[in-house]
Amino acid sequence: MSDQDQPTPPPRRFTARLDLRQGSVDMSHGSGGRAMAQLIEQLFRRHLDNPWLAAGNDQACVLPPPGRLAVSTDGHVVAPLFFPGGDIGSLAVHGTVNDIAMAGARPLYLTASFILEEGLPLADLDRIVASMAAAAAAAGVSVIAGDTKVVERGHGDGCFISTTGIGVIPDGITISGERAVPGDAILVSGYLGDHGVAILSRRENLGFETEITSDSMALHDLVAAMLAAVPDLHCLRDPTRGGLATSLNELALQSGVGMQIREAALPVRPAVAAACELLGLDPLYVANEGKLIAICPAPQAATLLAAMRAHPKGRDAAIIGEVVADPHHFVQMETRFGGQRIVDWLAGEQLPRIC
Amino acid sequence: MKYVDEFRDGDLARRLARTIAAEADPRREYRLMEFCGGHTHAIHRYGVADLMPPNLRFVHGPGCPVCVLPMARIDEAIAMTSEHGVTLCTYGDLMRVPASERRSLLKAKAAGADIRMIYSTQDALACARRDPARQVVLFAIGFETTTPPTAVALQSARAEGLRNFSVFCNHVLTPPALAGILSSSGPGGVQIDGILGPSHVSTVIGSNAYAFVPDRFGKPLVIAGFEPLDVMQSTLMLVRQINQGRCVIENQYTRAVTPAGNRKARALIAATMTVRERFEWRGLGWLPASAMRIADAYADLDAEQRFPVAAGSGREVRGCECPSVLRGVLEPTDCKLFGVVCTPENPMGACMVSSEGACAAYWSYGRFRQPRKTARAGAAA
Repeated sequence: MSDQDQPTPPPRRFTARLDLRQGSVDMSHGSGGRAMAQLIEQLFRRHLDNPWLAAGNDQACVLPPPGRLAVSTDGHVVAPLFFPGGDIGSLAVHGTVNDIAMAGARPLYLTASFILEEGLPLADLDRIVASMAAAAAAAGVSVIAGDTKVVERGHGDGCFISTTGIGVIPDGITISGERAVPGDAILVSGYLGDHGVAILSRRENLGFETEITSDSMALHDLVAAMLAAVPDLHCLRDPTRGGLATSLNELALQSGVGMQIREAALPVRPAVAAACELLGLDPLYVANEGKLIAICPAPQAATLLAAMRAHPKGRDAAIIGEVVADPHHFVQMETRFGGQRIVDWLAGEQLPRIC
Repeated sequence: MKYVDEFRDGDLARRLARTIAAEADPRREYRLMEFCGGHTHAIHRYGVADLMPPNLRFVHGPGCPVCVLPMARIDEAIAMTSEHGVTLCTYGDLMRVPASERRSLLKAKAAGADIRMIYSTQDALACARRDPARQVVLFAIGFETTTPPTAVALQSARAEGLRNFSVFCNHVLTPPALAGILSSSGPGGVQIDGILGPSHVSTVIGSNAYAFVPDRFGKPLVIAGFEPLDVMQSTLMLVRQINQGRCVIENQYTRAVTPAGNRKARALIAATMTVRERFEWRGLGWLPASAMRIADAYADLDAEQRFPVAAGSGREVRGCECPSVLRGVLEPTDCKLFGVVCTPENPMGACMVSSEGACAAYWSYGRFRQPRKTARAGAAA
């Protein structure tokens, strides 16, 4: 792993190996000295090995591929660092790969910036970086540059990871949040709320038993399959923080339209619905890390749905509603009762109700 | 979700809606007060009001625990953190309730106060056990439903000898609030023809606790569960009572509520708390014998005694109609601030904060309605 602050000197020997079993991060790992060089070589580079990192420069040099580039950056601050179905390492890859993929792009490269808290066990860091490397390899991207900083104990939450991604958009694809037009169909790629509930289940003050695991995964291959079937996709968005409700509101505002969805059509696992019921949360607002919303012309909705369901990552896809003309840009939902409710922006954090 | 989905069945709802529409007398009005925020939430989240005939209207009651808590009490809680450096543990939706001078617990937390959101009183106890050097105060709020867990926490703390735990008690009582509303009803006040009575509260205090409603005030009351079908069935029961000229307590929520309630829970409350002489309610003013304080036997666990602070100023934002909304006199949309300067992002009054608050429910679920499609209007008619 190269470091922007410190040119990497030629290969060197360290007196003792990094203690990955008992050791922990201390301030010297961010000081630019020998300890940092050792951490980079024996931990980061060991897992994320590729020609760009091996070159040991302050920057990675790549040949720009033909076509339009998609660039995105994303900070990851999840607590706890390890959760059912993933950890902050894999999440940092999936989050940014998905942001790139939502433009229809094929992701190529990632860079990663680690902010470590003094005292983080090196074993945890090793596990996080290994998981990041596995997720990147599975997604076919390389982590080509990075940076490490250490903050004093109490000034961080173990580990924060910011990743930046670069991808290339195939010719003829123009996916954008402002392209939804009245009449378009709205689809989701699968069950909603799995990630948020998996995380909540591991928070110390909740600790309820659930079999739900995070849906954290890279979606670019699903997107590629969708584009092969329906090249004229209008919008894609991954409903992460704030859930489906927030993403639909963003798209409605960007496109200057309204949205009408049907509660009965929303895929929500019974266990997620039950956990939300118990905690006083609404699954519409719970985070996802491996799901997408797609908006396409209505005549192509059936084709798109079939393509999504034919892909393992879109097996549970569903058509959930349609784009409507609405000067207020509201997202509305027909309830199971046949009544209407507004699905509003989330105000502040989603807080549990008392009663 | 077993035991939940059964009470949210759309077909049953439409059948119930047809029955209500058929039985409601078009020559009269039905103004039904849903007492609890839980009812308000269900009515809006499931679009129940859309399914009712035009001459049947729900009037929102004061049963939202964070809405009726006077600002002064939040001022005092914030003062406990700033003057005594305590760690304050509280339930989630209290965090954003406005205090005086546009403060709130959330803003106090951002400014450095140690305020933690908990899911149960046990979390507050755990917090005190983990950090014996910190004074942990449970900011206890709510009606009779949330009172027994606070009583258990008091007993546990006593049994364990936890010296760094205390309770800032703000538990309130339902019957005095109901009496307060009904005394002010009539000309100039709120017009009510019947009441959808509390559900969870009644599991503790029992249906007998409401005998005064028909006896003293001549209004029918149906104890109604919080699921949308509960609300609709209870509405039908009220319509029938009104049509037949009956006026009694009926219990729709029989799967949880008994006439006598939960004796064990009430005994816990009686052992640890006593009724205050009077307590201020947002919207209803000072009501006699309407809230609990920590009993003398547990005075050492009473945060009000351990961490004395000056009485909060509790200055309301000018123009905020929360008090009238809480009494059912005004609808949220009658307030000049509603949706203009007062929104869930920037609440001026407590009713805009909790999803149980009438203003927040109006804003989130129904501030604007598209013209109903013919098919749906037909189904609802």
